[in-house]
Amino acid sequence: MVKHHLFWPLVMLGALLLFNLLYEPDFFSIQMRAGKLYGSLIDILNFGAPLILVAIGMTLVIATKGIDLSVGSIVAIAGAMACMFLSQGTDQNLLSLVLSAIGIALVLALVLGLWNGMLVAVFGIQPIIATLILMVAGRGVAQLITGGQIITVSSSSYKFIGAGSLLTLPFSIFIAGGVLLIAILLTRKTALGLFIESVGCNPEASRLAGIRSRVVMIAVYVFCGLCAGIAGLLLSANVSSADGNNAGLWYELDAILAVVIGGTSLNGGRFYLLGTVVGALIIQTLTTTIYMIGVPPEITLVVKAFVVLLVCLIQSETFRKTLAHRFKTRRYPAESEVKRHA
Amino acid sequence: MLKRQYIPIVVTAALLALMFAAGSFRYTGFFSLQVLLNLLIDNAFLIIVAVGMTFVIVSGGIDLSVGSVIALTTMISASLVQEQGWPPAVVIPLVLVLGAAFGWVMGAIIHYFKIQPFIVTLAGMFLARGLCYVISINTITIDHPFYTSMAQTKINLPGGFFISISVIIALVVVAAAIYLAHYTRFGRNTYALGGSESSALLMGLPVARTKILVYTFSGLCSALAGVVFTFYMLSGYGLHAVGLELDAIAAVVIGGTLLTGGVGYILGTFFGVLIQGVIQTIISFEGTLSSWWTKIVIGLLLLLFIVLQRLLSARRQMQKA
Repeated sequence: MVKHHLFWPLVMLGALLLFNLLYEPDFFSIQMRAGKLYGSLIDILNFGAPLILVAIGMTLVIATKGIDLSVGSIVAIAGAMACMFLSQGTDQNLLSLVLSAIGIALVLALVLGLWNGMLVAVFGIQPIIATLILMVAGRGVAQLITGGQIITVSSSSYKFIGAGSLLTLPFSIFIAGGVLLIAILLTRKTALGLFIESVGCNPEASRLAGIRSRVVMIAVYVFCGLCAGIAGLLLSANVSSADGNNAGLWYELDAILAVVIGGTSLNGGRFYLLGTVVGALIIQTLTTTIYMIGVPPEITLVVKAFVVLLVCLIQSETFRKTLAHRFKTRRYPAESEVKRHA
Repeated sequence: MLKRQYIPIVVTAALLALMFAAGSFRYTGFFSLQVLLNLLIDNAFLIIVAVGMTFVIVSGGIDLSVGSVIALTTMISASLVQEQGWPPAVVIPLVLVLGAAFGWVMGAIIHYFKIQPFIVTLAGMFLARGLCYVISINTITIDHPFYTSMAQTKINLPGGFFISISVIIALVVVAAAIYLAHYTRFGRNTYALGGSESSALLMGLPVARTKILVYTFSGLCSALAGVVFTFYMLSGYGLHAVGLELDAIAAVVIGGTLLTGGVGYILGTFFGVLIQGVIQTIISFEGTLSSWWTKIVIGLLLLLFIVLQRLLSARRQMQKA
């Protein structure tokens, strides 16, 4: 059981939740108010939904040995585009208007994902650099769309995406769950997952083996862009406004962190979607915990830094060996002597 | 006659000249030495950071922590000088040592535990930024006479032009880095390491020492840039220099350094920073253009130079084959 890839992430999540329970006894309590469920756990799921979405897309990109730094910018652009389109309509509650705003934003996110994919797969630019371009320019584009202002919309049907509820649960959970389900079905019930992993191991070898590695690579970046776009819609709908400057700031880093905590190696070739979800939940729980125990939220960064380092060190084989060696020699002081005589 | 390895740097310099010329034709008052010198004054800290970043990228790594280290340096300086009353003569060497130590630790983790530089320096970025807030979440204004005099002193040049002390520091750093990169064993080792780590190891070069030293040097540069930034802003604040690591990486790339490591020029990085400065100056002269255009133009330039590098390296490979 310890060998299972979800073991350590789940232990970490459990420990965090347990800490919260000890600190605040009614942390797990969930109440029903006006037909909606309220509670800290629901909040974690609700506020964690955008991060889960971005991290799912990022998992597949990292599985192909890539990385997408532009997701935060895509989040900002998608939110800005949707809100800009909505704010120009006369009746913002009109369903067709809301749907076309969503459609336009998502198509834009797709195009941006395609752009990243083309740079990486067709032009052969290192992923970290290829996506850096959009990361830098993207915030400028988002501000260009909003004209540097924070655009506020007053559409209750748009707000539903981010703040509405379905079957007593926040609607955003269903969106994240749906995307997760689609991703799992596509990668684990078809050969697509295998293709992605083989491209991550060795793109050249998989191309020779008959996999169209370029298409696979472009596809994962497009999917990642789409996920970031949906997350952008959730975030902007939740607050009914779009801020080109601050929406989705540092999301790329949180998403990468979630992927790494979930056990996906940054060297590509293996990925765990459920691990990523647990990773994203750990990050969200960590943030909630820090808020709850009254530490200034800014210190989240310090805690995150140590979590990143700890997780990476545990993943590092050299580190584990060093540690194991140390413990071993402590436990059996005579072992080295025995070996010498043998 | 012109070696191909110098093409990127020549393109960068030509682009800088072209942009400056375009600005001069379009706006009155643009064509003056002082506008050029202001580029140096306003970007002195960026030059220093980008120089450190060049070494890291040439060695095949990346350092995302530089902006945060700058913020941390301003914060530590401000709190020690302003709130604890320490003399700057103690504080400045102290922050430089801290910055170098920070880089050293990151380099050691990267090397000994074989974790990707991206992740380790990301953790460093979170850590340094977070530590700023541990010190204080507010701005600490500095009114110590030493800092204000460093900020306000103008060094007059013939013809009524002036530069600041920070510019001198930045130029000294650039000169020292050029010497370090091209005329010392450490520089050679860095290039060799970036070219191929396993070859460098097989050749018997001190890979561990070089790698760790590169990050130490970058940490030192960031701390020095932080000191210069403190002179510039006269305050310590946890949100100072947000996103500066990207500006630095962009400057390095625009300067013709290959992101895969092994090829790069300090002088190119210097031009890269100036190009970013010219873009900002043009946008401020234009008046109707908003600041976000800076980001978009820099993004496009990044694209241009990356594609150029691809083309050049592709041609080289074809010739080999």
